[in-house]
Amino acid sequence: MTPAPASTDDPKRVAEFEARIARGETIEPKDWMPEKYRRQLIRMMSQHAHSEVVGMLPEGNWITRAPSLRRKMSLMAKVQDEAGHGLYIYCGTETLGVDRHDLVLQLLSGTAKYSSIFNYPTLTWADIGAVGWLVDGAAIVNQTMLAKASYGPYARAMVRICKEENFHKRQGYEIMATLAAGTPEQHAMAQDALNRWWWPSLMMFGPHDADSPNSGELSRWGIKRKSNDELRQRFVNLTVGQAKAINLTIPDPGMTFDEDTKNWIFSEIDWDEFWRVVKGDGPCNRERLAARRKAHDDGAWVRAAAEAYAEKQARASSAA
Amino acid sequence: MSASDSGSTSHKLWEVFTQPPGGGPHEHAGSVHAADAEMALQNARDVYARRNEAVSLWVVPSDQITASTPEDMGPFFEPGNDKAYRHPQFYKVPQGVRVF
Repeated sequence: MTPAPASTDDPKRVAEFEARIARGETIEPKDWMPEKYRRQLIRMMSQHAHSEVVGMLPEGNWITRAPSLRRKMSLMAKVQDEAGHGLYIYCGTETLGVDRHDLVLQLLSGTAKYSSIFNYPTLTWADIGAVGWLVDGAAIVNQTMLAKASYGPYARAMVRICKEENFHKRQGYEIMATLAAGTPEQHAMAQDALNRWWWPSLMMFGPHDADSPNSGELSRWGIKRKSNDELRQRFVNLTVGQAKAINLTIPDPGMTFDEDTKNWIFSEIDWDEFWRVVKGDGPCNRERLAARRKAHDDGAWVRAAAEAYAEKQARASSAA
Repeated sequence: MSASDSGSTSHKLWEVFTQPPGGGPHEHAGSVHAADAEMALQNARDVYARRNEAVSLWVVPSDQITASTPEDMGPFFEPGNDKAYRHPQFYKVPQGVRVF
């Protein structure tokens, strides 16, 4: 399934390709592209699609226990959107010559990665607020940048997704604001959720630029237009005011405002924790994959029935 | 993977075209997998029209689409490039006439 190595690429064609990127042209599925560009995109887009799919699990956990019908309807719609987002991106990835079925099997066998944030548990209802506000908020910052990616199908999927994510972020923030303005116990619940989700949310942007093995190539080829650290800073700057407005405290006492750059300077991320979770040792890695495998296996009879029905219909219409 | 997976590959691929409200033409939205056309329509509705994005949907088996290739770009579209007389700017109008 992995295409031929990059060394087969003709340097002249690579130069032409890079000139197209430099002119701001969009690369489309049938255009010539370096094998490495194709492989980086398949890796990045399939990880992104898997993240949307696995992302349904921590939130699905609370659908049956949502505190009101309004919250329950919103959460169901949000989780359904995440399934849709996964499908948009799988569809974009397939334009690179891979089959979705193979990508799904990579996820289920544990060989493909997905965003580490979804390996943290949603312990209370406030976590649903924190996930919408922080996790979707961070995703919007990242995806707004990816909406300008050089690969057309990826960029177009991101445009579609960004429009929908805004609802996700606002519903999460509304949950947090409501709890934070409630009883002392409810406020404490919201604060506790922020405390637990803040650092994992900052980790969503990936390692420091200097420690990010793929960043150079991704930015040279116009897949990523901003670096991990730039995006992380943007997210922090946006979020500080939002936390203050609802009377919650970001769990970083060392945070200071830099008057010159207008940036909020935050403390160092626990990179040991980051790598531990990436490598499979987060609080929920095993549980998430087990749930995905079970869902896939439990759906096997539905897929088989759909195929059998389609065959039967095709036979009936060719006989008629 | 599990035994239930043997023999079950992806369903067939369909391209989805959506027509937005307001009278615009159908536009390519993306693709879906489905075993048959009816299921493709239902999947397309769930994936690409959750928020009134469409008043009409087309689904077409992806392998039924014939497309121009990037190599065609120059020569294939050439006949349209050198015919300036197909554009209104080609024609002179006496000065002061504002009808056009």
